[in-house]
Amino acid sequence: MAVEPDLKIELGKQGVFVTTVSEIYNWGRKNSVWPMQFGLACCAIEMIATTMARYDLARFGAEVFRPSPRQADLMIISGTITKKMAPQVVRLYNQMAEPKYVIAMGACAISGGPFKQGYNVLKGIDRYIPVDVHIPGCPPRPEALIHAFMTLQAKIDAQPLTGSERPRHLDAEAQGLFPIPEQSAHDLEPPVNRLVWPLPASSKPAENCG
Amino acid sequence: MKTAEEILAAIKLALPEAGVELVLNPSPSAQHSLRLDPAHAVAVASFLRDDAELALDYCSNATGVDWPSKEVTEKVKVTKVVDGADTAVEETVKRVEPGYLEAVYHLFSMKHAHREIAGPVVLRMRTINRTDQVELPSLTPVWRSAEFQEREIFDLFGIEFTGHPDLRRILMWDGFEDHPMRRDYVDPDDYEYEPTAHDEVLKRTAEHKAGVVA
Repeated sequence: MAVEPDLKIELGKQGVFVTTVSEIYNWGRKNSVWPMQFGLACCAIEMIATTMARYDLARFGAEVFRPSPRQADLMIISGTITKKMAPQVVRLYNQMAEPKYVIAMGACAISGGPFKQGYNVLKGIDRYIPVDVHIPGCPPRPEALIHAFMTLQAKIDAQPLTGSERPRHLDAEAQGLFPIPEQSAHDLEPPVNRLVWPLPASSKPAENCG
Repeated sequence: MKTAEEILAAIKLALPEAGVELVLNPSPSAQHSLRLDPAHAVAVASFLRDDAELALDYCSNATGVDWPSKEVTEKVKVTKVVDGADTAVEETVKRVEPGYLEAVYHLFSMKHAHREIAGPVVLRMRTINRTDQVELPSLTPVWRSAEFQEREIFDLFGIEFTGHPDLRRILMWDGFEDHPMRRDYVDPDDYEYEPTAHDEVLKRTAEHKAGVVA
């Protein structure tokens, strides 16, 4: 149950602070998102720049890059995911504790990008794990990563703590483990996790292109 | 930097049995290369590295080339008996040139780096075919820098380097069976969703759709 904004402001003027459990809970969560310290390709350089003095991701409570998935809340997929690396990325995601979030940073991470038809390039990490925010760009500028981070914060802030939309860590039934693809003789097996990446309805071949 | 012809002459003088051939490059760059006989390749490579005049002590690049079998149409003059008299007749003959795999090495000299550099000295080695006789001698014992690049050639083209210290796949995983840089490599059919398909991708997407419907 939310407090009416006008009433909240009026009470604030009188020195009374009113909130709800979900508001203060999400406020705490969104301002202390610890990303995992790992980079996959050139986007990682932009990610590093984002954390340093000029762009200063610490302003958003995300300065602590954890070298272990056990201590991280956010996975920034910064770069090309090769098919050789994809099982390890999914494994790292599985090892993160709930609540966990994913930002797919850059053209490669969201779709394979300029290397899309390459023999060793995955066509986007969202085929195996759920992605919260996609950032286009090659590479995205630090401002774009900060924008994605703020988008993620807004998403966390809006999550209800009860009901079907609640985050996975508050849902005892929710599945937090995702199948790790096998490296088989010709391709990753399975090539896509349909539960995470259902086939888009508009998957007809484009007829007026090229 | 000596020309390929001069280097060839030096090799022939030092190692008369080596069987090195000159492969001419007809393009304006005229970057001719030396084709080594695999049986003597290590001896020739050691000579190129150790010779005081050449001192090609640095292998900057090693890569592979896939030459698939191709059908060649040629016009051959054949003498035939026409109306009791020998006549020269042109006949069109088709034959299949067998394919092979090729390893290419680029060499420079660090010792003589101050001299005018016209480009790398290019070495080539060819396998017997593309299927079962794909061994070539490794030049890693001669130039240490070739190690990872020979592994890459092994991974992507399938040339097996005998004498390589650690011949494993380097880009693809160990259980992978194909060689993606070969001309006849067919990538897995995951063309189910291509929002901006064009050219080859559009064709593959259409084929995927047809396969799913059928």
